[in-house]
Amino acid sequence: MSLNLERNSKWMEGSGPQADIVISSRIRLARNLKGMPFPNLMNEAQEVKVIRQVGQAIRAPGVFQAVGELRLQTLRELSPVERQILVEKHLISPDLAEGKGEKAVVLRDDEAISIMVNEEDHLRLQCLLPALMLHEAWRLADAADDALENELDFAFDQERGYLTACPTNVGTGLRASTMLHLPALVLTKQAGQVLTALTKVGVAVRGLYGEGTEAQGNIFQVSNQITLGRSEEEIINNLSAVTVRLADQEREARELLRKQNRWQLEDRVGRAYGILTNARILSSQEALQLLSDVRLGVEMKILRGLDQRLINQLMVRIQPAYLQFTAGKEMTPFERDVRRAAMVRELLAG
Amino acid sequence: MLCERCQERPASVHVTRIINGDKTELYLCQECAREMQPQLNFSIPKFLAGLLDYEPGLEVKAPPAGERCRECGLSYEQFHQTGRLGCPDCYHYLAARLDPLIRRIQGSSQHRGKVPRRAGGNLRVRREIERLRAQLQQLVEQEEFEKAAQVRDRIRDLENRLGEQGGGQ
Repeated sequence: MSLNLERNSKWMEGSGPQADIVISSRIRLARNLKGMPFPNLMNEAQEVKVIRQVGQAIRAPGVFQAVGELRLQTLRELSPVERQILVEKHLISPDLAEGKGEKAVVLRDDEAISIMVNEEDHLRLQCLLPALMLHEAWRLADAADDALENELDFAFDQERGYLTACPTNVGTGLRASTMLHLPALVLTKQAGQVLTALTKVGVAVRGLYGEGTEAQGNIFQVSNQITLGRSEEEIINNLSAVTVRLADQEREARELLRKQNRWQLEDRVGRAYGILTNARILSSQEALQLLSDVRLGVEMKILRGLDQRLINQLMVRIQPAYLQFTAGKEMTPFERDVRRAAMVRELLAG
Repeated sequence: MLCERCQERPASVHVTRIINGDKTELYLCQECAREMQPQLNFSIPKFLAGLLDYEPGLEVKAPPAGERCRECGLSYEQFHQTGRLGCPDCYHYLAARLDPLIRRIQGSSQHRGKVPRRAGGNLRVRREIERLRAQLQQLVEQEEFEKAAQVRDRIRDLENRLGEQGGGQ
């Protein structure tokens, strides 16, 4: 398969419900094959077998009819930089990219569907869409899951549901998450309070790259904690409601900022834009923070003539692996900082 | 500021720990922070193991010797250490210890979600009947009797189908 790593993923489109605050929506389904140990206990022959079975299943006519063409790529055939780009685009986990053994990823052309093969579970089917489209992502994941289930025997138990390597995923195997940009809640120092409150309603909050990471660029990921005892619709409805509520809270905080600190706000946005369009050296952390300010400016219509899509693309393009890939060579951190600044200047200048 | 542990090197890492609600803050140098890493790192397996140890309803603390999955051979101890099960059958063979843990972390032990077409057996039909009954109830409350009658007929069809399957087996 020719992996076109430079293309934009569907989630970067930047349009859809609540797109001013919600960047993307993801559904993940954990599935395992019957009669096969989970990946942590598999030997190489078994790993290859799982990849082969998944490879055959995705070529079945029923799968094509349900979700279109899916293509499988073994990770062994990818360079470390190429693997890292898949992480930066949120298509695979760092664990899959770094893991030893035989692993693979299945992708649809628009990257709205990806399946990690031999991560913690045999299959981790993911659907990633822009803005708040959890229900749409669920419909797509459900259709892909149904079609795959025709070809593969999934481990399922009437009481416990889908059986997974970790009991925190058993049942639906569903992890639904949304990525939100919450700069005003951070600026008005409400973020900690609001996000702590969320954990009381069965929602977990994490940084941009999942478990154990910090919220870079004021981007937070919220997801359901419980996977057993509730239906998929209930889980998704709950997370959607929480996401809408969070977005409302963020909008209120933005209006407060506009009323009480209008000049400081516009100054901050303007300075961020100024630095991004003029800097000669930019670290990825600084770039993400400034992009967060510019994004806020775009969303609050302080900055005109820029769109979210460009900012979503920039968020991926400033990442180390993506930069090196488009440069066609490995670079030192300093070389990357120089190239990052040049690329951001060029793209923002249009 | 000097590292609070070695009192030699400058502190460059700020660590906040919350244990049983008690918050402690530490200012450490890189090296001490690295040495203390295992204690500081949050790990899901350890977290799960911790939950197990505090399970109040669980009277038998020590698992019976030789409690293993008969399919993959994983012992309960191994799961306790890694937080990962070995195969789908572990859920069956280690159920005595696993089910209380699942109830604890999930707040429930009964799957209410999607049922796969092939592996799900009758459960899929039973679920559909449950869903339709709830719908029927709602339609009756809203006095939409025509629609309710349709739903009622659909329930009957499905119940007949279950009955036939049961008889044929």
